[in-house]
Amino acid sequence: MNYSQGSEIVSNASTRKRGFPNPLQWIGAASLGLFSEVGRLFIFFLKVMATAFTPRWYVAQVWKQMVNIGFYSLPVVGLSAVFIGAALALNIYEGGSRYGAEQFVPSIVVLGITRELGATITGLMLAGRVSAGISAEIGAMRVTEQIDALETLSASPFRYLYAPRFLAAIIALPLLVLVADIIGIMGGWLVSVYALDFDSTTYIRNTMDFLTNNDVIVGLIKAVVFGAVIATMGCYQGDRSEAGATGVGRAATLAMVGAAVLVLATNYIMSTLFVEIGL
Amino acid sequence: MTTPILRLENVKKSFGQKHVLKGVDLEVQRGESLVVLGGSGSGKSVMLKNALGLMTPNDGKIFFDGEDVTKSTGKTRAKMRERIGMLFQSGALFDSLTVWENVSFRLLQADRMRRKDAKERAIETLKKVRLGPDVADLYPAEISGGMQKRVSLARSIISKPDLIFFDEPTTGLDPITADAINDLIIEQVRSLGAAAVSITHDMASARKIANNIAMLYEGKIIWHGPADIIDNSGNDYVDQFVHGRADGPIQPAI
Repeated sequence: MNYSQGSEIVSNASTRKRGFPNPLQWIGAASLGLFSEVGRLFIFFLKVMATAFTPRWYVAQVWKQMVNIGFYSLPVVGLSAVFIGAALALNIYEGGSRYGAEQFVPSIVVLGITRELGATITGLMLAGRVSAGISAEIGAMRVTEQIDALETLSASPFRYLYAPRFLAAIIALPLLVLVADIIGIMGGWLVSVYALDFDSTTYIRNTMDFLTNNDVIVGLIKAVVFGAVIATMGCYQGDRSEAGATGVGRAATLAMVGAAVLVLATNYIMSTLFVEIGL
Repeated sequence: MTTPILRLENVKKSFGQKHVLKGVDLEVQRGESLVVLGGSGSGKSVMLKNALGLMTPNDGKIFFDGEDVTKSTGKTRAKMRERIGMLFQSGALFDSLTVWENVSFRLLQADRMRRKDAKERAIETLKKVRLGPDVADLYPAEISGGMQKRVSLARSIISKPDLIFFDEPTTGLDPITADAINDLIIEQVRSLGAAAVSITHDMASARKIANNIAMLYEGKIIWHGPADIIDNSGNDYVDQFVHGRADGPIQPAI
């Protein structure tokens, strides 16, 4: 709302100055718009959290969303992970061979996949598949008055629609990340053994010896946060969707882009934090 | 004098600089069927959403059965909604649920009725709107627009409400189906003894279902009276609207 009001100010200023907007007004309006959007998103997130962790829970809805978010994402997550693991092994081998350090391929692959790439790739893939999907579905419900209908039938959209998606995402994402970790490491192993002439047993032993519980836990913690980000962005943009196919399409795009950027941003913040605390 | 089931007192609603409702005053008595007429963009749907609690007015008060519900939340609002049915313009059926799950949604989710019992109640209610049990397991996308309106009507009456809102109940339907929907509305509202508030710009529908008619123009109720004097209202705006003339005090919305 503030942003649009700001835009009107800019527009008036533009008219007065014959098409040359005052840059300070433009920056001011854009900043106000950004802050109010962040504020709305944060309040929405708190409301989703509050409903997700207090009864009543629509268990059937949570289960349905877990199947949608978790099970149906397995192919895309698995395929992405195997190629990322394979490419990672090749690049580490190429870089390592310059210093005669090819033997570090298994340890760097397992570290890179579990601490970073397994979770990030899963997060990014689900930002596209799930966040945009949730947003389009809820957006379509919003513009066809189904969300209003829910409220008139004494069912809160937060409790019936948003909280189940939020819970399903924060449960399904860690499970998907575990799968991505295993398949990603397997991708690295496949390339190393069949293309780079590594001994299979030695590769697996090096991988197992280097891997610690903390590496896996770091990825899983990230996955929970990414799940929260993806579900919240999808629900938020869907809930705010404007009428018509354009409105719903725009909501889906905003959800996907917003979720992807937030996945990368929170990933960096968490990585910094985990390094600081020695996790 | 009995307490009206619904009373709107100087209700105002704006969106930014756009003032949609500029002080609506309206009363609906128990058992009354009130039709609110108004052109496109006159604020009919906004008025209805305020009355339902889907929007909060900027000013004014809304009373349901004598209780101020203008800013009610939580249990008070839930209790009010238990006694209200709503038929949306688009039907607003949930795509992912079957017809019977749509009809018995409130029974399943709010009242936590067993699915078997809820399905029986849904099929009984579907019969009241002339739909057979064969429709119960279909999804909304598998039935026609007229059938969707009937299903939506069944959903709005299943919990035997005291007040039912109808938002453009005949929009998008052919004249025969529209008339059948009007008949069903009259029949069901009478059998429940409920009050009905319908918003429409379909005069045939208004003449058929209304005891009283109100006209909303530029955010205010400009006329309110018995349906049978609508043709002699003595109000130029009502007259122009009722006769569907382009000439007159109301400017066409084009």
